[in-house]
Amino acid sequence: MPSATLLGQAMISGVLAGGMYGLLALGLSLSWGLLRLVNLSHFALAFLAAYLTYELGTTYHVPPWWAAALVVPAMFAIGMVQHWLFDRFKVNELASLLITFSFAIILEVAIQLYWTADYRRFETHYSTLSIKAGPFFIPVLELVLCMVAGVLAWGTWLWLRRTYVGKALRAAAEDADIAAAYGVDHRKLAYLLSGMGAAYAGIAGCFIALIATLAPAQIWAWLGVVFAVVIIGRLGNPLGALLAGMLIGASESLAMAVFSPAWAPVVSFSVLIAILLWDPEWL
Amino acid sequence: MSPARDLPKAVAALGVVALAFVPAAGMPAFYESFFYLVFFWVSLSTSWALLSGFAGYFSLGHAAFFGVGMYTTAALTTKFEVPFLATIPLGAGLAALLAASIGAVVFRLRRLRGELFALLTLAVTFVIATIILNTPIDGGAGVFMSAVPLPALTSTPTGTIYILGFIMCVITLATAWWVAHARLGMGLFAIHDDEDVAEVKGVPTFRYKIVAFALSGGIAGAVGSIHAMYVGFLTVAGTFELSVPLFVVLMSVLGGARHWFGPAIGATVITALLYAFISGGEAIMGRAIVGLVLIVAILWLPDGVVPALQKWRRRHRAAPAQAVRRAEVVPVMPSAPPAIGQRDILEVRGVTRRFGGLQALAGVDLGVREGEIFGLVGPNGSGKTTLINVISGFYPLTSGTITVDGAEIGHAPAHEIARRGVARTYQIPRPFANMTVLDNVMLCATFGGPVRSRAEIRDESVHWIGFTGLAGKEEAMPAELNLHERKFLELARALAARPKLLLLDEVLSGLNPAEVDNAIRLVRAIRAQGSTIVFVEHLMRAVVELSDRVAVLNEGKLFALGAPREVMRDPRVVGIYLGKAYAA
Repeated sequence: MPSATLLGQAMISGVLAGGMYGLLALGLSLSWGLLRLVNLSHFALAFLAAYLTYELGTTYHVPPWWAAALVVPAMFAIGMVQHWLFDRFKVNELASLLITFSFAIILEVAIQLYWTADYRRFETHYSTLSIKAGPFFIPVLELVLCMVAGVLAWGTWLWLRRTYVGKALRAAAEDADIAAAYGVDHRKLAYLLSGMGAAYAGIAGCFIALIATLAPAQIWAWLGVVFAVVIIGRLGNPLGALLAGMLIGASESLAMAVFSPAWAPVVSFSVLIAILLWDPEWL
Repeated sequence: MSPARDLPKAVAALGVVALAFVPAAGMPAFYESFFYLVFFWVSLSTSWALLSGFAGYFSLGHAAFFGVGMYTTAALTTKFEVPFLATIPLGAGLAALLAASIGAVVFRLRRLRGELFALLTLAVTFVIATIILNTPIDGGAGVFMSAVPLPALTSTPTGTIYILGFIMCVITLATAWWVAHARLGMGLFAIHDDEDVAEVKGVPTFRYKIVAFALSGGIAGAVGSIHAMYVGFLTVAGTFELSVPLFVVLMSVLGGARHWFGPAIGATVITALLYAFISGGEAIMGRAIVGLVLIVAILWLPDGVVPALQKWRRRHRAAPAQAVRRAEVVPVMPSAPPAIGQRDILEVRGVTRRFGGLQALAGVDLGVREGEIFGLVGPNGSGKTTLINVISGFYPLTSGTITVDGAEIGHAPAHEIARRGVARTYQIPRPFANMTVLDNVMLCATFGGPVRSRAEIRDESVHWIGFTGLAGKEEAMPAELNLHERKFLELARALAARPKLLLLDEVLSGLNPAEVDNAIRLVRAIRAQGSTIVFVEHLMRAVVELSDRVAVLNEGKLFALGAPREVMRDPRVVGIYLGKAYAA
């Protein structure tokens, strides 16, 4: 059994790593829960954003936050264009899964053609910064990521709960026809939501560029975990997505510390399968 | 059989024989390897379609079954020196067992939606890959198969693998053909369209899904066993690759996943495309082009190539191939009301049904006599439709007992209740959307009624279609019918099951007065055939004209019971409908 310090450190880094799962899950959860579209290309968009941030930073020496200011609106636009296609062809859930899978492959190929299949690393001095709290180290970048994810999740939750637009979106997700009969223009709202989902992918991408090593095949690396997070956090619930992300991140990290790193992938799916079998009311 | 119809069969048989002798022709190994890959993908995608195409439960976990087969063969041949051929059935068996156990767990969840199933199967793939990677089965180093002796079925090793792949492909296609034309396939197609209705019409949905899943996984396992010898070196990353399930889905969807031969077409096209690009040195672009083809295919040919061709052919055929043969229909109109038996065919005792805090049925007792037309009325929310749903097994009851013809059915699954001779209609018609009118009725006759030959079922179904006034619409799709016709299709489907007890849920709502008269005649004619009828209705004219006895439900309890005119004049009954002031 590892020491308490090690377990505590594992817990902290797990929760922080879970912030990334949560941030990636946020956009997916919104489009799946409220638009009934399963967007597998979400990860590809995040990596496209990461590569763009990397390119702006290394070639043009644009600082990451300025890069984010350029990349995130661009992602918003891509999300709207994608939704135009779904809207035009009245795509259902399963078809959206297959179509966005194809999108993801095409984006992966495009990334590979431009940036090659080599590993890329965006070196900044932020990546080594950390705060020392007692015996534990807290990496600053991950902490900022978690705070951003928290603000976005909380803000989106409030927005869906309190504002007219948010309520209209939830009503349209329940029954689009009835909502339309009460004057909800849910097609327009769907464009907004798709744009938001892609913009969240863009924000996640900027952090991926700073934290992770980039390679085109990495697009698929988080797919399974993040979908588990989306389901556990309940579709369409931003706060649930973030909490589930942190839960999974912490359990993975603990499993790595107690058993071996190789067993980490089993954790999220075991949690998912267990929860699905338990079948609680809130799911 | 005309010679023109035998031609495709002859060509197909000739093709099978010719393909079987390719290794003997001494072709370069390159061709054998290419053909093997075609067989490989045809088998995999066809096996996937057995559950996912036919029943509509998209699995993204096909790599798990395929991988279990591969690693079964690898482990048994390298570690225990089991002969290679003997490992194929073992690989298939293990994969089928895995599929059946996944199915036994997930298909119990009633609320399980399609996308959840897809992601859950994907999750299982990751779990299995991790287990194999971290145990001595693989251990992270990969498994070399080069020392495993290959039986000499032909003069060359590539020839042997070719033949094995070919045999597997033929077996898979034969299985798919058989399933598509058997009871199992019929049930799976119904599950695809509307699982709840399929269950109520007598399809054992849970068992069928598991059987289809096990077949699908088992075939994938056998394919994997053979493929282990083809690749020669196994790695976890290569075996459980995401591209396996995704190519399989792409091929099936492109060719037409609901048709037994669709995936084969899709697999052949895509494999040829990929091969062309890879041999041209454009492997990366090949992936992108496959992605593009998939997008275009789903947007413009959502049903796949084969069904699209079939539709096109049907539209361009000069004349209908053959008129539907029709048994003579004479609606029997009883001259005198038939005798009502003294025995209760349906007995409901102390039945309650709670939805969370809502008591929809609060202890209902009734008995319906054999041969009777029994009206069930009451204000909205009084529990009429819930009672129908509980009797037909759609909702489990909270407490109480229900017996039909002496047999307790209160806790039986819906398909068993249907087999015991209970049929129902839906207030809002719920036909199987992708089946013709005739297939809709035949399904209900097959699963609801007694066992009889297919020809008999067909004749009978045509008879009931005529009986309900839908003659000439046999080949129409439900979407082409108007509301009146759909309501009658509901009746035809219920009648085809030869029910002892027929539950009609507001068959008259939404019909105009002439259609109502027509329907009332029809209900009388149905009773004349020997069925007992319980019907829920708001239209009082019909209730009074039709029923022998009427039960009034109010707030989940039996409120009044008796002859229709007396019950309807009862001031208490008028009171619950119109308020106390009118009753006074």
